[in-house]
Amino acid sequence: MAITDDVFVIGGGLAGATAALAAAERGVQVRLLSYKQSTLRHASGLIDVLGYAPDGQGPLADPFDALESLPVGHPYERVGGDSVREALLFFDAIAGDTYAGEHTDANALVPTSSGAIKPTARYPAGVAPGVASDPSDALLVGFETLPEFDAPLAAAHLEDTGAPFEARGVTLSFPGIRRDDAKVTRYAHLLDRDEAVDIGRGETFARAALAAIVRDQLEGESRVGFPPILGDDNHATVRRDLEERLGVDVFEVPSGPPSLPGMRLEDRLYDALEDAGVRVTTGVPVVDYEGVESGRSGSNSRRIEHVLVDRKGQDVPYRADEYVLATGGLVGKGVRSDRERVFEPIFDCHVEASPDRYDWFDGDAFGDHPFARFGVTVDRELRPLDAEGDLEFANLRAAGAVLSGYDFAAEKSGSGVSLATGFVAGDRAGSEVRG
Amino acid sequence: MSDAERPTDDHVPGDDEFDPIEVFPEADEMDLRPGADNCYKCSTCDTNCPVAEVDDEFPGPKFQGPEQWRLKRQSDQDVDASIMKCSNCMRCDHACPSEVPLSQMHNSARGEYVEERMSKRSLEYWRNRLLSNYRLMAHLGSKVPRLTNFVMGLTLTSVFNEKVLGIAGEREFPEFATETFREWWRARGGHEVSRERAEAARDRRGESGADKKIAYFHGCYSNYNTPEVGKALVRVYEHFGYEVVVPEQRCSGTPMFANGMLDDARRAADTNVPELAAAIEDGADVIASCTSCSMSLRQEYPELFDIDGVDDVSSNTWEGLEYLRVHEDLEGELAGTRADVPNLAYHTPCHARNQGLDGQAIEVLTTIDGVEAQDVGESCSGISGTYGWKEEHYETSMQIGEEMFEHMERADGDTGLTECPTCAMQMEHGTGYEIKHPLEVLEAALVPDSPETARATTDGGVDEVGEAGRRDEVRGSDREGGTDEADREDRTDEADHEDRTGRPDREGQNEPSGAN
Ligand SMILES: Cc1cc2nc3c(=O)[nH]c(=O)nc-3n(C[C@H](O)[C@H](O)[C@H](O)COP(=O)(O)OP(=O)(O)OC[C@H]3O[C@@H](n4cnc5c(N)ncnc54)[C@H](O)[C@@H]3O)c2cc1C
Ligand code: SF4
Ligand code: SF4
Repeated sequence: MAITDDVFVIGGGLAGATAALAAAERGVQVRLLSYKQSTLRHASGLIDVLGYAPDGQGPLADPFDALESLPVGHPYERVGGDSVREALLFFDAIAGDTYAGEHTDANALVPTSSGAIKPTARYPAGVAPGVASDPSDALLVGFETLPEFDAPLAAAHLEDTGAPFEARGVTLSFPGIRRDDAKVTRYAHLLDRDEAVDIGRGETFARAALAAIVRDQLEGESRVGFPPILGDDNHATVRRDLEERLGVDVFEVPSGPPSLPGMRLEDRLYDALEDAGVRVTTGVPVVDYEGVESGRSGSNSRRIEHVLVDRKGQDVPYRADEYVLATGGLVGKGVRSDRERVFEPIFDCHVEASPDRYDWFDGDAFGDHPFARFGVTVDRELRPLDAEGDLEFANLRAAGAVLSGYDFAAEKSGSGVSLATGFVAGDRAGSEVRG
Repeated sequence: MSDAERPTDDHVPGDDEFDPIEVFPEADEMDLRPGADNCYKCSTCDTNCPVAEVDDEFPGPKFQGPEQWRLKRQSDQDVDASIMKCSNCMRCDHACPSEVPLSQMHNSARGEYVEERMSKRSLEYWRNRLLSNYRLMAHLGSKVPRLTNFVMGLTLTSVFNEKVLGIAGEREFPEFATETFREWWRARGGHEVSRERAEAARDRRGESGADKKIAYFHGCYSNYNTPEVGKALVRVYEHFGYEVVVPEQRCSGTPMFANGMLDDARRAADTNVPELAAAIEDGADVIASCTSCSMSLRQEYPELFDIDGVDDVSSNTWEGLEYLRVHEDLEGELAGTRADVPNLAYHTPCHARNQGLDGQAIEVLTTIDGVEAQDVGESCSGISGTYGWKEEHYETSMQIGEEMFEHMERADGDTGLTECPTCAMQMEHGTGYEIKHPLEVLEAALVPDSPETARATTDGGVDEVGEAGRRDEVRGSDREGGTDEADREDRTDEADHEDRTGRPDREGQNEPSGAN
């Protein structure tokens, strides 16, 4: 007896969660199964649609202009500009007031923790008061125990970019944290719960203590930027509380992994999945499948009958009508490589790569690496294609970083591609079930 | 450089599976370095560690795992004492995108730390041994359950526990059942009776030819403290036509791993693995009702011990609900059933999450009319077996649990639901709610009118004649030599001897014979 659903989504990252939500909108029973946690835990929480054109041009003010001229095979070219817009609307509804940037096609310019400015389409509400187009002066606050964010350096870099405001950085000691490598979740927990902290001359509450040391540093700036540690579950409350105590706007400066804004987005998505009645299973991988000839004529004659999930030692079948592959790229482990080849491990879908592995990299470490684009090739319905260009399976679609044809790091398109392709793959899979 | 701008994408993992060399008991000879090399320092594990979230002093799973193992290779570095602050919740395992065997590294490091650095004369060592060898205490306690419950409830006892033993005085010892699961099982007629009932059920279901058999791994808790969970499992499985055997068994080892008592765990495994492997050989699948037990048999055993049959046991062990979902049309069976259990607040144990069992209880149980269950989210309960019992970890444990308590109180429910007995203890301790096991809900829906179930819920009189008759039968079969299984049980658990007198040992505690 297999566990049975209508649509089965493999992978619980941004692409998989979006696909599952879009499929559920069609009124079908959806299951999402994810082995480990997704790259959202490292990602900045920004939804980049397209910051730079594939030829390196940018930063782009309007990503939609550039979408039209992307090469054939790019995931955006596959789904088309209208679907990208639709996917963003879909995202806006899920994110609600936790995200800003909706109702506009233009990229916002957001300062990052190194003091660079990044073009992005949607950003957390807590990042909004920090945007670079705002002319008000900013104080950036870093902490001795959080070396990832060097506030004075970031401020100096921001000045160099020609941002239309003055930025100044200070480094303080975070009340209540002594350990050099305390986890970001520790900072967030202190502020979430407003725990009592020892500040040398007695105990006080974390938020008040933090506000007090920052207030002393303000020199008329009307906004203060922190590294992204301002709470987790109660992030909005923490930020509002600090704003009230300081009397200025408070924002977070997105930074690298590990990233609380990414985790907060993950929580939001998983809450939405629960509300939508999607069945979520985690901790076990899909390892194999069994297929059948569908009996239909034409090239797309093979169907996936069920997939096999390794529940630690033995394989358990899960069956559905339609499947979505959203297992991520080389980092998420949706695409793997050994010395001979690059491959997609579950269905062995075709992955285009040179047989000589020395061709996988560019000599220059920051060059244009072919491996960054490794992934499965799909048709416009996002169904994986084999080496001859025929469908691998009639009832499989792929979404997110497992797709080939784009370099998310260079283009700044990671979340946008996952969102748009996840939306399309889920929506099509869901409507296919209904017939 | 901010990774928000330039994501690190340079880790190109191969598909060659990491396979540690198992050379127990010299845990330090286990070569865990290839696993350490898989780590690309993304810190996902650190952001999942509930201890690091509340305790500034804890360096986190990345340090405890791959970094510590690397250091150990490069120099003769001792295992860091902070390893004892890890609660073995295994959330870091569940998180790591790079398949670094974190909990295996922690278990080995803890073993080495206790072996080499903890004084065998220290109170801490003996307290930990006492806590992790719960079965021993429980075994003694269950012989005189009422007295034990009384003594454990005394203020004096809790002061003694805290001041002398270092066991948190705030904790209340779980009550011992007046009849253990094994006592009940034996009084009910053991395997023989189960076979009869299973056959009858198969006839009823039109599956007469089928061979359906499971071996129940009850673990310590459902034997000594919550036998109702074990009884529910037996009744539900028999309803589906499975004959149940209850092999000789000891503790699954989970609390021992968490305390670095690998020798103790190994001894328990040396009993469990051959016994369970023999049952598998006889055609049974192994079913556990506690998710830490199933975790231990499935993952930790093969990671830590090289025992004959360990892989068989690993791949044929299942959790109670999971097995029925995969092997039976459980949802079809439940459609149209009714049980009056609204307002359940469900917590997924961390160890259940690692086995892909999150969400399962809600999926299955909410198909029953009259059952409402709400998931209270992914927070950790914080007790982690023996962890929250230690005086020095009590605060941490409660701080971690705080989120779950709040979520439970915010949910509509006022009865808790979980598979893990220690999570249940913490849920009860933090909210005062009564806690149920999913199998009990299943039992209420599927076998509501079993005479046993009715007996358990109504507290009515005992069918003396039926009971006496059944008991004679049992004795009869024992006298004739009984089954192998009965013999094995004798060696397992002396407590079982009590009911061999044929007299009900405590009034009203024994079940009437199965009239069906
Ligand atoms: C360090 C870093 C920083 C980034 N920063 C940004 C940024 O600033 N802006 C931006 O827009 N994008 C950023 N990205 C990119 C963006 O996060 C990803 O492109 C996008 O989220 C990929 O999502 P995904 O759902 O396709 O894959 P993933 O997030 O990789 O998820 C794949 C999921 O599939 C699961 N899985 C894999 N194999 C199996 C299996 N066999 N069975 C079951 N489950 C399986 C994995 O466990 C994982 O949960 C960043 C990425 C990284 C790594
Ligand atoms: S999650 Fe895995 S890869 Fe990442 S730091 Fe932890 S051990 Fe290393
Ligand atoms: S097992 Fe739990 S407590 Fe221990 S390091 Fe991992 S996440 Fe932290």
